[in-house]
Amino acid sequence: MNAFIPAVSFLAVLGIVFGLGLAVAARKLAVKADPRIDEVEALLPGANCGACGHPGCRGMAEAIVNGSAPVHGCPVNKDTTPIAKVMGVKVETSSSHLVAKVRCGGGKVEAKERFEYIGVNDCVAAQNIVGGPKVCEFGCLGEGTCAAACPFGAITMSENGLPVINEEKCTACGICVQSCPRQLITLLPAGDPVTVLCMNKNKGPEVRKACKVGCIGCGICAKQCPQKAITVTDFLASIDPQLCTGCGICISKCPTKAIRGKVDETLAQEGVK
Amino acid sequence: MAELLVLSLGTILISNIVLAKFLGICPFLGVSRQVETAVGMGVAVTFVMTMASAITYWIQKGLEHFGIDYLQTIAFILVIAVLVQLVEMVIKKSSPVLYQALGIYLPLITTNCAVLGIAILNIQESYSFLEAVVNGFSGGVSFTLAIILFAGLRERLEYSPVPQSLQGFPIALILAGLLSMAFLGFSGFNLQALFGI
Repeated sequence: MNAFIPAVSFLAVLGIVFGLGLAVAARKLAVKADPRIDEVEALLPGANCGACGHPGCRGMAEAIVNGSAPVHGCPVNKDTTPIAKVMGVKVETSSSHLVAKVRCGGGKVEAKERFEYIGVNDCVAAQNIVGGPKVCEFGCLGEGTCAAACPFGAITMSENGLPVINEEKCTACGICVQSCPRQLITLLPAGDPVTVLCMNKNKGPEVRKACKVGCIGCGICAKQCPQKAITVTDFLASIDPQLCTGCGICISKCPTKAIRGKVDETLAQEGVK
Repeated sequence: MAELLVLSLGTILISNIVLAKFLGICPFLGVSRQVETAVGMGVAVTFVMTMASAITYWIQKGLEHFGIDYLQTIAFILVIAVLVQLVEMVIKKSSPVLYQALGIYLPLITTNCAVLGIAILNIQESYSFLEAVVNGFSGGVSFTLAIILFAGLRERLEYSPVPQSLQGFPIALILAGLLSMAFLGFSGFNLQALFGI
């Protein structure tokens, strides 16, 4: 007990003196910060978990205010509307949620095979046997390595030998992206209506020999797109999801049906007008 | 005067706080990408170390007076934390650019073991007040010297063909090891004999 009082009082006095000193310094050295930083910080969860990659919620708030991070940058925060209101921008719900998409439409029916593969059911193994059984050296090998790799059971293999992704179950963890030996899976915004289901960068005639539904790089889609969202590089069309409105004109114009997706009928009609 | 010079040079070269005592490695690796930020970090650490050495000397006297020197660590950390807060405010006011560049490493000087290390070493070596302040300042200078040298090397490294598997932190760690070995060469110096003490 004898040591208790001096110990506590010593540290208490020290704390009070330093605290007062800092309080005075904070007043004298105050820097006017953007008031929106405080507002945004108050709207963030405040757990300082660091999952966004910034040093705590304060860092995230500063990044949002100075524009280096999007309003939906916090992976924990579900409701981004209040933050968007502070920042005066619209919420981009579509780009906040990603899902995996398989960029190949050439299953057993559409894509031709060079030989019959009867080995281990693994895409990497199939790929290692003279480059895989399919003529197309870019397309899906169909052995289901991604389906086995998915920890959420979101990928199943169709009868046609192509992976089908359940968008409800997909968490965009990216494990399937890494598992695919041909890098066919990409994370794209959910509800993104139109996708080029081909990764073949060969010239048109070669693609035609390999697959019925491959992109031959004809460029019709790029010419027809009213938003100029499609570009053709290396004989392969790619769609900019930022510009795509989902009108679906490219889907109807594609001669090989390499572009597919769910199309909003009203949008399609608007696009035609 | 010569004694203080020997003490100072000894802390800077022979027992360099980073390269010989291996304290303060976190900011040493974290803020050493550019010489400019390294200088800023070094100056901030030097200021905190010098001030911390001066204040902790009197704190220790107070602790000994009340016979509660087992509170040394917590009391010293309190002092360092306050000083870091002060430095943070000053830098935020005077140079927002440096404040941005130092980022999270600035408040982390609080947990920079080099600062606490110097403060505790001062007590262990039972330095006088002047010696403690000189040792604190030299400790800061030794940190600054190490981090600036390291940042200079890392800037050159950016343009060097580093094997892919070693790019980034691996090569930086190897580099830190080499730099540390180079400083080992100073350990043979007999400064006392050099200055004729």
